[in-house]
Amino acid sequence: MTLEVRGLNFAYGVRPILRRAGFAPLQSGQLTALIGPNASGKSTLFRAIAGLLKAEGTVLLGETDLATLSPKARLSRVCFMPQFFAANAALTVFDVVMMARKNLSGWRVTSEDTQAVAQALHEAEIGHLAEAYISELSGGQAQMVSVCQALIRNSEVYLFDEPTSALDLNHQLRVLNQIREAVAERDAIGIVALHDLNLAARFADHLILLRQGEVLAEGPPNDILRRPEIAQTYGVDIHIATGPKEDLVVHAYSHA
Amino acid sequence: MTQISNTPSVDTIVGGYQKRAVWRVALVVAAALILFATVVIDVITGPADLSFWRVAKVILNPSVATTKEEVIIWDLRLPVAMMAVVVGAMLGVSGAELQTILNNPLAEPFTLGLSMAASFGAAVAIVLGWSVLPGVGALFVTVNAFVFAMGASLLLFLVTRMRGANPETMILMGIAMMFTFNALLAFLQYGASELQLAQLIFWQLGSLARATWPKVAICVVILAIVLPYFLSRSWALTALRMGEDKAAALGVNVNALRLMVLAGVSLLSAVAVSFVGAIAFVGLVAPHIARMIVGEDQRGFLPLSALAGALILSGTSILSKAITPGIVYPIGMITSLIGIPFFVSLILGQRKRHWQ
Repeated sequence: MTLEVRGLNFAYGVRPILRRAGFAPLQSGQLTALIGPNASGKSTLFRAIAGLLKAEGTVLLGETDLATLSPKARLSRVCFMPQFFAANAALTVFDVVMMARKNLSGWRVTSEDTQAVAQALHEAEIGHLAEAYISELSGGQAQMVSVCQALIRNSEVYLFDEPTSALDLNHQLRVLNQIREAVAERDAIGIVALHDLNLAARFADHLILLRQGEVLAEGPPNDILRRPEIAQTYGVDIHIATGPKEDLVVHAYSHA
Repeated sequence: MTQISNTPSVDTIVGGYQKRAVWRVALVVAAALILFATVVIDVITGPADLSFWRVAKVILNPSVATTKEEVIIWDLRLPVAMMAVVVGAMLGVSGAELQTILNNPLAEPFTLGLSMAASFGAAVAIVLGWSVLPGVGALFVTVNAFVFAMGASLLLFLVTRMRGANPETMILMGIAMMFTFNALLAFLQYGASELQLAQLIFWQLGSLARATWPKVAICVVILAIVLPYFLSRSWALTALRMGEDKAAALGVNVNALRLMVLAGVSLLSAVAVSFVGAIAFVGLVAPHIARMIVGEDQRGFLPLSALAGALILSGTSILSKAITPGIVYPIGMITSLIGIPFFVSLILGQRKRHWQ
């Protein structure tokens, strides 16, 4: 299975957000990091792939043009975790994950459903929050619930919009590990929007660099992070080093 | 994840959920039993000397009733008691779903101007003698109220279709409508005769006195159509409380859901208000009570909002007769009097947990 995006255009009124955005087929089982500065169109690109907004262009999942699917069918194959979570409701964490497991249909909750939700919460190490209201969670806890809610769904494509933005260092590593393992185990296609280039370098198999709605570069982290477009896009000086585990370490400096 | 620490076992998590699920069912059953008791108390409250158990027996088995009991219980008092239950449930459900789709704790038929539109429709009939629909006979006050309430809903409906309209736009539109109909009503009141004014005020205060079995039946049918639809959309409505973005990502067609729910709520509130007049606070308070007890998972929230609304109005019906023996006060007056302090204590005691 592959995911290919070709020439997506989208504008809010006269303000273009995506400009012929596209990338070569992404392979299943791999995790891709979508990187780019604020307002570069990362969330809009995710929404366009998920079909939550109508963009010109083509999104191909295998041989299927996703535009030919009903919105519901499309969202059952493409799971999108939005960046913002309106966590002000009197809903328990268990119910929030359960609604994703039930795919919003059917009142009957089987013992398999309860076991699956409990297992997912346990594995995400948020089992102690199961009966807490989401309005009582910290931003980081709400984000972990959101990731758990996405991962309990069986989809072919997973799009995570900044899943670690509210997490501490330990939880950033845990959540990205969890996402990478899930994508590999399910042979799914995963894309994670990230601001932290070190995390992108550590966890992603593939990088896509977005600037002002255009894909500037795509490829393996070792290649993309060394390109001059990265420094130009972020407006910083970048130095790439090798870490103690032979991993890439990105050092960024403001222009003096 | 390889090492899992500090998190309860899967069995513990499942146990916690099951305990809450059982608790939720028990609460709904308890509320239903208390409601039956209030209906019986509502029926025995009044001049005739009727005992609780006798009335309960006659309600459960009508064949044991004497002629006198049949007239008092079945013909006179039960329609009023049942109207309180059904209209209370309709207002409770309306408030719950308006608060859900508009993401606003103050949304209810009254604050969105639907009740005021119905009052204006009734005033047009009482003061000007105009019937919006011809050939409806003596029901023209009720029909006018219904048509105006539906008209107001339609206007809200059209606003939701506007480009860029959001829940805040709808709330502001509802408030604007409420003030507009209030001003128009004042115009009619200014030119009304004393007799018309008395009729109008009685209608505006809300009353169960005109309840009949056919009216109860109409309300039951409307509730029986709308409530199962809402229940069938439980997950989608629950998802909406996590925000439009999240709900849409889970596959909810947010705009279509809002429109359908608004249509159902309009029908419920227009029918309720057109039969019993403007009754405030039930639609506002009942969902808050339900939310505090079972949270906002619609599988528990919706039935309990309906039961809380029914209990409030049934209790108010008892109070309206018990305050001064021999006098039945307009029910809307009592709900407002009890509702305001209750609502204030609710807000102050809630620790602002939700709706921040």
